[in-house]
Amino acid sequence: MAAIRFNDLTLGYDRRPVVHHLQGEVRPGALLAVVGPNGAGKSTLLKGIAGAIEPLSGSVGLDRGATRIAYLPQAADVDRRFPISVLDLVSMGLWRRTGWLGGVGRKDRDAIEHAIAAVGLTGFEDRPIGALSGGQMQRALFARLLLQDAKVILLDEPLTAIDAKTAADLLDLVRRWNAEERTVVAVLHDFEIVKAVFPETLLVAREAIAWGPTADVLTPENLLKARRMIEAPDPAAADCRRAA
Amino acid sequence: MSPYDAVIGPFAEFEFMRRALAGSIALSLGAGPLGVFLMLRRMSLVGDAMAHAILPGAATAYLLTGLSLGWMTVGGLAAGLAVALLAGAVARTTALEEDASLAAFYLLSLALGVTLVSVRGSSIDLLHVLFGSVLALDDATLLLLAGISSVTVLALAVLFRPLVMESVDPGFLRSVSRMGGPTHLAFLGLVVLNLVAGFHALGTLLAVGIMMLPAIAARFWAKDLTALIGIATGIGIGSSVAGLLLSYHAGLPSGPAIILTAGGAYAASLLFGTERGWLTRLLPRRHLEA
Repeated sequence: MAAIRFNDLTLGYDRRPVVHHLQGEVRPGALLAVVGPNGAGKSTLLKGIAGAIEPLSGSVGLDRGATRIAYLPQAADVDRRFPISVLDLVSMGLWRRTGWLGGVGRKDRDAIEHAIAAVGLTGFEDRPIGALSGGQMQRALFARLLLQDAKVILLDEPLTAIDAKTAADLLDLVRRWNAEERTVVAVLHDFEIVKAVFPETLLVAREAIAWGPTADVLTPENLLKARRMIEAPDPAAADCRRAA
Repeated sequence: MSPYDAVIGPFAEFEFMRRALAGSIALSLGAGPLGVFLMLRRMSLVGDAMAHAILPGAATAYLLTGLSLGWMTVGGLAAGLAVALLAGAVARTTALEEDASLAAFYLLSLALGVTLVSVRGSSIDLLHVLFGSVLALDDATLLLLAGISSVTVLALAVLFRPLVMESVDPGFLRSVSRMGGPTHLAFLGLVVLNLVAGFHALGTLLAVGIMMLPAIAARFWAKDLTALIGIATGIGIGSSVAGLLLSYHAGLPSGPAIILTAGGAYAASLLFGTERGWLTRLLPRRHLEA
C-alpha cells in the first residue's frame, strides 16, 4: 500500500497545466526530496497532495492512514503582527484533538512543552511571534508540525533563508520523523542536503524527469534535461513565428 | 455641581438616560471584541464600508413600512449581508481583491439607497437613520440591542479559536479543517449584526465608531489579544458613560457625543499609550539585557 499515489495527475491553475501526467507511488515511511528548477511545479505538486488545489485531471490517492497530512507551505503565510505568543502558535498543531472548544489539558501542555523543547525554543514560549527571527519562526512552525503528529509531512522549501545551525537542527527533526516511519516529502534546492539526508529524489520540470535513488536522479544529464524543459520555448509560439 | 449631580444624577433622575446607558453598554460589549479582530485583520475600513452598505436596506424598509424596528433591522441585515457575501464571492472567483470588490458593492448599495429615498422625495426623518436615537430607546429596541450583544459574545466564544487561526495563518487552518470559510462568514455576519444594532442607537454613520475607535485606542495599551479585547470593551463602555454625560450637561446630540468621547480616548492613547504612544517614545528608556 502506497502512502501517496499519483494517478496520471495533472495540476495547474486556470486550466493551464504546471505539472502534468505524473504517475507513481510514494511508499509509507519514504524520505523523498522534490527538486527542480524554479517554476518546475514543485510547490504546485505539494499543494496538490495537501488538497489545497484540485487536480485538472487524474487524482492523488492517499492511504487511509495517511489522510492526516501536515503541510508546511513555502514561507508560511503567517501574519507575524498578530498579537499571539509562540506557545499559542505552536498549540494550533493540536487542532485535530481540541477542535473549536476542547480544553488544553495537562497532557497537552506537556506535549506542547516537548515540541517547543525539541525545536530548541524553550524560554521563548511567551514571546509574541512578531519578535521572532526568521529561523526561530521556522523552528516554531516545525514545533507545530510535531504536534500535528501526522503520518505524511509535506515541507515546501523549509530551509530557505535559514542559517546553517537552524537548518541542521530542523534536518535532525526530519530524520527523526523518518525513523518514526512517517512519510516526508520535501521541496529543496540544496543538492548537498538532498544527497546527505534524502535517499530518494523526484526531479520535476513540468513532468517527472527522473524519480528514484538520489544518486541516480541527480545526474548532470537529468539536470540538463530539466533545465531545457523549463527554458524550452512554447511550441505553439514557434509555430506562430514560422507561419508569419 | 457636586460629583453626584455630575455623574450619578442624570441617570438616577431620567429613565431615558438609564435606557441610553444600558443600550450603549450592550453595544460596547459586542462591538468591542469585533472591532479588535477587524483591526488586527487589517479590516478597519471594511467595518466602515459595511456600515454604509446597511443604510439603503434600512432606508428602504423605512420607506415601505415606516419606523418599524423589525423591518428596518431585517432590511439593514439583508443589505449588509448581501454586500458582504457578494464581495467575498467576487474576490474568490475573479482577479479582484476583497477590498476592491467591497468598495464597488458598498458604493453601489449606497447610491441605490440614496436614489430610492430621493425618488420617494418625501420629508421622511432621515436623521433617525443617519444619527440614531440613543435617547429614545423603547423596550423592543433595548431588547434587540441586548439580544444582539448576547448572541455576539456567545458566538465569539465558540468561534474564538478558528477565528484566531484564520487571522494568523489561514493556510494552516485550511490544511487542518474546512471551517476557515464558514468562520470568516460568521465573523462578517456578526459585524453586520452589530452594525445594525449600532445604527438603532447611534445611526449608520456612527455605528462603526463604537466598534473601531475603542479597538484602535486599545492597541496603544496592550500587546496581548485578550488584554486588547478587555481594554477595547472597557474604553467602549467608558466612552458610552462619559459621552452620555457630556451630551446631558453640554446639550450636545448624544450619539456624536459618545463617538467624540471615544475619539478623545483614541487621541489620549495615541499620546500617552504605553505601547509606542508618541510621548512614551520620547521618554529615555534603557534597553533590556539581551
